[in-house]
Amino acid sequence: MAEPTPLNRTPLYDLHRSLGGKMVPFAGYEMPVQYSAGVMKEHLHTRAAAGLFDVSHMGQVAIRPKSGAIEDAALALERLVPVDILGLKEGRQRYGIFTDETGGILDDLMIANRRDHLFLVVNAACKAEDVAHLKDQLSSKCEVEELVDRALIALQGPKAEIALAMLAPEVSEMRFMDVRSVDLLGAPAIVSRSGYTGEDGFEISVPASRVEDVARALLDMDAVEPIGLGARDSLRLEAGLCLYGNDIDRSTSPVEGAIEWAIQKVRRPGGERAGGFPGEDRILSELTDGPSRRRVGLKPEGRAPVRAGAELFADEDGGEPIGRVTSGGFGPTLEAPVAMGYVPLKQSESGTRLFADLRGRRIPVTVTPTPFVEPHYKRR
Amino acid sequence: MLKFTEEHEWLRVEGDVATVGITAHAAEQLGDLVFVELPEVGKALSKGDDAAVVESVKAASEVYAPLDGEIVEINPAIADDPSIVNSDPQGNGWFFKLKLADKAALDALMDEDAYKAMIA
Repeated sequence: MAEPTPLNRTPLYDLHRSLGGKMVPFAGYEMPVQYSAGVMKEHLHTRAAAGLFDVSHMGQVAIRPKSGAIEDAALALERLVPVDILGLKEGRQRYGIFTDETGGILDDLMIANRRDHLFLVVNAACKAEDVAHLKDQLSSKCEVEELVDRALIALQGPKAEIALAMLAPEVSEMRFMDVRSVDLLGAPAIVSRSGYTGEDGFEISVPASRVEDVARALLDMDAVEPIGLGARDSLRLEAGLCLYGNDIDRSTSPVEGAIEWAIQKVRRPGGERAGGFPGEDRILSELTDGPSRRRVGLKPEGRAPVRAGAELFADEDGGEPIGRVTSGGFGPTLEAPVAMGYVPLKQSESGTRLFADLRGRRIPVTVTPTPFVEPHYKRR
Repeated sequence: MLKFTEEHEWLRVEGDVATVGITAHAAEQLGDLVFVELPEVGKALSKGDDAAVVESVKAASEVYAPLDGEIVEINPAIADDPSIVNSDPQGNGWFFKLKLADKAALDALMDEDAYKAMIA
């Protein structure tokens, strides 16, 4: 028998344990799924005040142009990512995806322009492959370095700004998707105003050796509570945000996945730098002609959650499945079940009534625009 | 008489009817419940059949029939407010009453001490 792979721990492992974190394996790490408050309270606290999340399992990568010109790194990365990176201004961040030759999605990521380099945050489960892909494709023009000595925490919710400003008042000046260097208790942090909950908030990259000090200082504030992966999932689901590996993967294109908003005009047909990324044929033609299926939000009737894997049908009885739920659960803020999944384009219109199989019964579900809850990003 | 199963259910037996619920340990492991599906009154169940479904924010779990019997009453309060199962799992958070087909089968279940030893 194969030895089980030992799980990694983040620099906040001991803190999680001391806070009553229930540790579970996730993407090769031992991570807290919840603390003593429980998923429901943690979710609601994040929407009402501020929640602190350990996301140190995610990958942080610096891409430095060998020429010294950031434009060279931007153009190099544009060969892998169908996003306008050249147009990304210093101190700004953008959502992106790595595509493959068939137009599928290898991972989704955040890309920041840090003046002399690009700073990327990628998913934990994909980070080894992403770094290998970047090194393989960009090494002639760029140095690719995974920043393994940095931890990452997220502070999310309406009181996130007040809380983080106690440590660094200048974060109040930041808008949604701004990125800047900030001194936090003497530690050199990279702070972005972004997150994965639909709330205002920050993602904070800190040297691993200093992250516990920063996390404790934030948790000492009345507004801030620790939040586990369980609530992270229900928060992002209510916000209509994709989970890589569930809602998007190599079998889904960005247009099918309804994240083509990430592809700016300049990379689309007729744009100055149209195409020039893996899978361009399929993705560009889907942008013009539409995909055959589409990711949509789904609201099940009643209180029973409809979960990932549930098959979707056009009718209450009989027929073949027309699609599948890719994420689903109970939305504590909505006090109702919410889901997302793929359906044929002609059934993707909001208001379309479909049926999901739930333990052999067909539950009515309605195609619903996402986000399910109103986002509170600080855009201005 | 209070009995327990390896599937973390409790049975409080009066005459030939057992009131059935999930243990405090099970409720804690499941986390905040958001949905409970109860069986229909009159349904005949064999030991191990799916009797009820509980859903937390994250996952669905089955509650099995602890013994052979017939459902004679259900607790609609927990369907209306599943959090009762978390707050009072071995009291107001009961699931259903099962008229036992064979009371002698209770002997094979655990008493409280044996259950506590199992989860320790």
